[in-house]
Amino acid sequence: MTAPNPNSFRNQPDERGHFGAFGGRYVAETLMPLILDLDAEYRKAKADPAFQAEFDDLLEHYVGRPSPLYFAPRLTEELGGAQVWFKRDELNHTGAHKINNCIGQILLAIRMGKTRIIAETGAGQHGVATATVCARFGLPCVIYMGATDVERQQPNVFRMKLLGAEVVPVQAGAKTLKDAMNEALRDWVANVHDTFYIIGTAAGPHPYPELVRDFQSVIGREARAQMLARTGRLPDLLVAAIGGGSNAIGLFHPFLDDTSVRMLGVEAAGYGLDKDHAASLAGGRPGILHGNKTYLLQDEDGQILEGHSISAGLDYPGIGPEHSWLRDVGRVDYTSVTDDEALDGFQLLCRTEGIIPALEPSHAIAAVKKVAPTMPKDSIILANLCGRGDKDIFTVAKHLGVSL
Amino acid sequence: MSARLSAAFAKGHPALVCFVTAGDPTPDATPALLDAIVAGGADVIELGMPFTDPMADGPAIQAANLRALGAGTKTADILRIATDFRARHPQVPLVLMGYANPMTIRGSEWFADAASAAGVDGVICVDIPPEEDPELGPALRAKGIDLIRLATPTTDSARLPTVLDGSSGFLYYVSVAGITGKQAAAISSIKDAMDRLKAATDIPVAVGFGVRTPEQAGPIARVADGVVVGSAIVDLVGQHGADAVEPVRALVASLAAAVHSAREHAA
Ligand SMILES: Cc1ncc(COP(=O)(O)O)c(C=O)c1O
Repeated sequence: MTAPNPNSFRNQPDERGHFGAFGGRYVAETLMPLILDLDAEYRKAKADPAFQAEFDDLLEHYVGRPSPLYFAPRLTEELGGAQVWFKRDELNHTGAHKINNCIGQILLAIRMGKTRIIAETGAGQHGVATATVCARFGLPCVIYMGATDVERQQPNVFRMKLLGAEVVPVQAGAKTLKDAMNEALRDWVANVHDTFYIIGTAAGPHPYPELVRDFQSVIGREARAQMLARTGRLPDLLVAAIGGGSNAIGLFHPFLDDTSVRMLGVEAAGYGLDKDHAASLAGGRPGILHGNKTYLLQDEDGQILEGHSISAGLDYPGIGPEHSWLRDVGRVDYTSVTDDEALDGFQLLCRTEGIIPALEPSHAIAAVKKVAPTMPKDSIILANLCGRGDKDIFTVAKHLGVSL
Repeated sequence: MSARLSAAFAKGHPALVCFVTAGDPTPDATPALLDAIVAGGADVIELGMPFTDPMADGPAIQAANLRALGAGTKTADILRIATDFRARHPQVPLVLMGYANPMTIRGSEWFADAASAAGVDGVICVDIPPEEDPELGPALRAKGIDLIRLATPTTDSARLPTVLDGSSGFLYYVSVAGITGKQAAAISSIKDAMDRLKAATDIPVAVGFGVRTPEQAGPIARVADGVVVGSAIVDLVGQHGADAVEPVRALVASLAAAVHSAREHAA
């Protein structure tokens, strides 16, 4: 039974990095040779047991994996429907799932002989995770961050600096994640010879969407085994928030061929889908940005619109290409929740479970709040608690009218 | 290959290629700037299509993109600017340069049809490498529009044939690994690159990125078929706005003098 299953949802992308009509390698010629090198090196690493062993070792002893699978009894009772379980990736070192990917990518960078690391960041979680692995491996680190995000994520800016990273505030555009990514790409073209770009989500030119997904799939692999061990069955529904889509694809991918498992990705509806938001699938069309073809928020001329979300980690006008494909083939459902609903979800989890979530997974919690009551009590929802809320307490306080 | 483009590189002297962003500072100001560039003696015009996310451009052209979009420049305006240019200058080759999304959002056939109807000779798309050629290349070729590809210092000899396959009009050699507006490369490295590129292709090779002055352009024109100047012109538009017509004409004239006479000094 080792023949590849032609009907599998788990054999994307093709060798050119296409997930159906999405993905690809839309980069300037200067980067193309490096992108091809990275692809070749990643194939070798993927097949190298020593690479996998080092990755696993760091995840266990440095990141603190496996992360717990947690049944949330009071939230379940309050919602009065399906059992709600959480994959606790907020307990990872640095407080989010982002570190899983950074460990994998820095090992690749070292394999490729690169001596300088750059990254973009929105909420600052990916920036902190990148600065962390750079400190751990002794590599210089430059983080590009939109000036607006520098303002609203001060604790993470300070963390990055403590970890020895240089944080460059980006003044272009709306000064958020998309602009930070443009600036990181500009740095990269100018420094291809020695620099590795650690992209923070499952987007960008091939092979990034694939390799970020593979590194983040530790979430879904662990959760699947843990759920089977604890309950003897698979969950009925997976729920995860989507910025670029890395925590979601990391949870979903190992379950994609389990036909009984439904999946729900949650985009940020910001002020509402008829106002400013960051829901690329709900409000966008396919287009090309940042190296890949995917759903994008854009006008009729293909000019990119600014996303808005209360969560700095979600306000990106695009989404990873594998999600675009999964939505078009109908394997995963996508929905969106507003800033206000996310704030409610945030407080709900604080109050019922004693867990302060980040604003990103608060979107997943808000979606769980809507669907759990519609499901039978013996059904199981597994949501990805992909980050903790320490970084967000200032934003939340402001929205609740509290001055700290 | 477009007759206008081949003629531009067959004048018996190196060609001066000049870039300006469409709609900067306003769509109404662009025609007079294009006329000034022609009057100054440019052989090929590159008309930049503004994009919200110009990730291969430095601060000067980023700012130009923002000015143009801020003034409400739409794709329809750019095509109208091109159409009117073609009517005023039947012989001067016009190339559209920009990013994939605005070019492909209505489908590559739509874009190729519209560009062809506007009298456009060639297209440079920064973020469609040969690996993604189906996205744009076939539609342009079907309309007889040259797809002008970029070669860079990272394009090694093994990769060069891939880049050349499907390229026409001219090859745009980006002299430095980096964004537009950076420091130009040393002339010795440009000369080496030129030797390598000319050994691999018969199409003309123009060198750009970081060329700002006649003093820089002349020596490059001695070893290349053409020299591309962008940020220096765009900076003048940034400084003088719609009043940039005369400064732009003067800069282009000084560049043209240096480029066109470069080989005379070389003998
Ligand atoms: C905790 C957390 N969750 C989610 C995201 C969104 O990214 P992704 O969709 O790639 O998981 C971020 C991004 O900063 C984050 O910090």
